Amino acid sequence: MSSFFTSRLFFISLALVVIAATLPLYVSGYVLGLLTVAFYFGVFAMSWDLLFGFAGEVNFGPTFLIGVGAYTAGILNAQFGWSVYPCIVLGALASVIAGLVLALPALRVRGPYFGLTTLVAVLMLQNFIVVFADLTGGEIGLTIPDVITINAGANYWIALGFMTISAAILYGLSQSPIGLVLQASGQDPVQAGALGFNIVKHKLAAFIVSAFFSGLSGALLVFYFGTASVGTVVDVAVGVNVIVSAVLGGRRTVLGAALGAIFLIVAGEFLRPTGELATFIVSAVALLVVLFFPGGFLGAALSREARS
Amino acid sequence: MRAFQILIDGFAISALYALGATGFTLIFGVSGVLNLSHGAIMVAAAVAAWAAASIFNVGTYAGALIGVAVALVAAFATYFAVVKPIQDSRRIPNEEKEIFVLTGTLLWGIMIQEVIAYFFTNNAKTVLPIVEGVVEILGVRTPKNEIFTAIVCCLVIALLWLLVNRTRTGKAVLAASMNPRGVTLLGLELTNIYVVVWAIYGILAGIAGVLLGMFLGVSSYSVGPLTASAFSIVVLGGLGSVSGSLIAAFVVGYLETLTAYLVSPAYRTIPALLLLVFVMYIRPQGLLGRR
Repeated sequence: MSSFFTSRLFFISLALVVIAATLPLYVSGYVLGLLTVAFYFGVFAMSWDLLFGFAGEVNFGPTFLIGVGAYTAGILNAQFGWSVYPCIVLGALASVIAGLVLALPALRVRGPYFGLTTLVAVLMLQNFIVVFADLTGGEIGLTIPDVITINAGANYWIALGFMTISAAILYGLSQSPIGLVLQASGQDPVQAGALGFNIVKHKLAAFIVSAFFSGLSGALLVFYFGTASVGTVVDVAVGVNVIVSAVLGGRRTVLGAALGAIFLIVAGEFLRPTGELATFIVSAVALLVVLFFPGGFLGAALSREARS
Repeated sequence: MRAFQILIDGFAISALYALGATGFTLIFGVSGVLNLSHGAIMVAAAVAAWAAASIFNVGTYAGALIGVAVALVAAFATYFAVVKPIQDSRRIPNEEKEIFVLTGTLLWGIMIQEVIAYFFTNNAKTVLPIVEGVVEILGVRTPKNEIFTAIVCCLVIALLWLLVNRTRTGKAVLAASMNPRGVTLLGLELTNIYVVVWAIYGILAGIAGVLLGMFLGVSSYSVGPLTASAFSIVVLGGLGSVSGSLIAAFVVGYLETLTAYLVSPAYRTIPALLLLVFVMYIRPQGLLGRR
């Protein structure tokens, strides 16, 4: 851990955060808005990486956790008139409970079976949102009256600060003894258990942490957008983007996942002139990375550094 | 009256689900690959059949054949461009190949979906049915197309059963699903068996896609739901077990039809999802799965 503070990765990340923090001084509100969304997405991807990269759980439903957090916060604000901050806290807590529910099958089934359970969880959430349209706004989405602030620069700093703190906590956790035990139990649960580690406890902890950050980020995103809809926080396609970000940036790196998310959102915007082909190009690039650089951006960079 | 209606409609839907899921489970059983571009390949077949018949006027039969051919090509492309490179890659550790195949095929499916949307728009398309008209069975007005769909599905599944259990190639495929190393030791090339399985898969997915296009219509939005339904049927039946998938397809098909008729079409998929979660809790390996 102490070696991290003197490593090159630490200085590069620090420099990037400092540069990013000064951006509102000279770029347009449009760019800031784009990056704000990208930073929240980065937290989604990092939380997913903790669960998959370290605990080895193939979670196809990151949007189940995100959606529960986002919709809890949104409904409490729009239907019950609660103020913004309690809504965000309760959104994160609801997401933690959802994470515990999701963790129950994960302790029984593995691999593709668990993947399907998480996918089903998303589909069920989507169905329930449509069925209870009175409460949730259904397919149209829920309009949220309150926002944290309307200042683009302030929103940007909130998102950047939130992502930096989340990254520090998630990365620290992944490099700590807990992260190592998680990694061991993901790769060989029997042997990790035989060494005396309580796998169930560690996996539950991973689910709770991942759910907490996903839900918190979802709730913040809802108050930034001013609306909660299936298409932005629950749809399977959103989950696919989260997974692609983490794989693109590099699994098991946590920080890479955030890079991947920022790349994905910014690239999608640059490709907007190509119209409907944008998604095709992003998917094709992601597929090429998966095929030729399976370690992702950060994985490739780190392995080059290790070699030289 | 309504009971017969549910019985007949449910049968056609279930047979279609069964056909769609059979190829999916066959590939998993033999090569351990979960192909998440399944829905995209089915939609590609249906859209190709629609385009051939409605834009290029080649007739319904030729259109259907073109649809199946497109699915076959797409299946081979999936295997050679995505699945095989990942399986052969030395940079990906063995225990992570599964997640890479899942991610790779998922991205590949999105690419197919986007190409379809780009050239043929997102609008829903209905393939011209091969047989038209309506007949009355037990007092229920049934489109002949629905009967045709059910018959073709059952025939194809029966043919598949004969192929796997009665021919030399089929027996090799069956053996590879039981013990790949044993098959290699007997001097059979495993790659050839995989190519055969992907060919069977392509044809099955193509027929299922074209029939689906005639029966319900498809659009590029159906890709995700189609993959998800095949995935859940296959897991419900037990991954890799063809007979399990057949049973599961009928359970899901009838459950959906019952809900749609008796409760509301809006809740169609919910009971099947609940059943799936329930089965995963009490019997994680599926109805007929072996671990």
